[in-house]
Amino acid sequence: MVEQNSSKALLSANQLTCIREERILFDELSFEITAGEIVQIEGPNGSGKTSLLRILAGLSRPYAGDVHYQGENITRVRDEFNDDLLYLGHLAGVKSELTAEENLNFNLRISGYDEFETGDILAKVNLAGFEEALAGHLSAGQHRRTALARLWHTNCKIWLLDEPFTAIDKKGVEELEHLFLAHSKRGGCVVLTTHQDMGIIGDDILRKISLEYRFV
Amino acid sequence: MKKGISFRQAFFTLLKRDLQIAIRHKGDIFNPLLFFILVVTLFPLGIGPEPQVLSRVAPGVIWVAALLASMLSLERLFKADYADGSLEQMLLSPQPLPLMVLAKVLAHWLLTGVPLILVAPLLAVLLHLDNNSYGALIATLALGTPVLSLLGAIGVALTVGLHKGGVLLSLLILPLYIPVLIFATTAIDAAGLNLPYSGHLAIIGAMLVGSLILAPFAIGASLRVSTN
Repeated sequence: MVEQNSSKALLSANQLTCIREERILFDELSFEITAGEIVQIEGPNGSGKTSLLRILAGLSRPYAGDVHYQGENITRVRDEFNDDLLYLGHLAGVKSELTAEENLNFNLRISGYDEFETGDILAKVNLAGFEEALAGHLSAGQHRRTALARLWHTNCKIWLLDEPFTAIDKKGVEELEHLFLAHSKRGGCVVLTTHQDMGIIGDDILRKISLEYRFV
Repeated sequence: MKKGISFRQAFFTLLKRDLQIAIRHKGDIFNPLLFFILVVTLFPLGIGPEPQVLSRVAPGVIWVAALLASMLSLERLFKADYADGSLEQMLLSPQPLPLMVLAKVLAHWLLTGVPLILVAPLLAVLLHLDNNSYGALIATLALGTPVLSLLGAIGVALTVGLHKGGVLLSLLILPLYIPVLIFATTAIDAAGLNLPYSGHLAIIGAMLVGSLILAPFAIGASLRVSTN
């Protein structure tokens, strides 16, 4: 039976346990993420932040426990869940043989969008003028921005972002924070991992889930 | 921001992307083809120029070389996508995974299988293949190489997460390749003796249809396991 209040939660984790290399990263971890929340998963290196995000996205299976999307197990409603999910891993998913524009075009089309202006979207991530440049020739930050550009053209409610600020400059981080705030006001939720302090999203808005490094 | 991409459009988007990447990375197309040509041209040098001997071994040599060339090229099918995170995005996209996998395998076959089919008749001249056998050679390659790509992709999907999956990959997929090899070479032999070979072709055709329908699901499931 699904509990009453979990139907309101966009995403809920029930008793998640994750074991990697015979080490328990976290066990019986439960939380709920409702619409409008911005959640930061924090913890030292190796504490299982990326593993947790991958489990939430349905890429990895937890050792025990399950993840629910609007009250339904994500393995059962995978199509609806994927339709509402935007996951950016620490690997950007950007092809270095393709140009920035081709990458964005592919990423958006494969997510199901067919009407968009890649030039406008790339301009929003400060890549105007680099549309024709091969992603392999871009700097690390621009490479990352090519992947992040998808955030400006999406109607997915659930954003799972693994280290979105890596290699992004200060101004870029601010723009992303504004985007996250706007997204949460529209009724979406953002779950991210980062070691950086966020200036614009204050502690009153930001919810933190802490993972500890465990030796057992 | 409506989502209006049909399955067909998604399929062709992925197909186009993979072809585009391969064209910018020309080695991916030419290495397997070069391997195929080298192996086949070395045989007349190795076993002597007697036409009877060569025409006897020609079907086997061409098919074994095609099989190994296909296996060599397979490893790259998902490797790059796995390494740069595109594979994760593919797994999480709202499009059906078997469809996307099929687009990738088709792109792979267009780039590695089709050139083999085009070059094989020229190499057959080198091996004194019987004049009657050319039709059978092309027909078996046209039906057989897609089976190799589809079955091989299951093995690649299972081993994509391993650092040194090469040997394991061959052990996994070579047994699956053997029926194709047997029926293809006997078909060519039969054609050389002016015997009907449509039965052999029908069996290879059945393998193609079967793998076309079932392999995409197996590949999709294997990819989910590999990225776990």
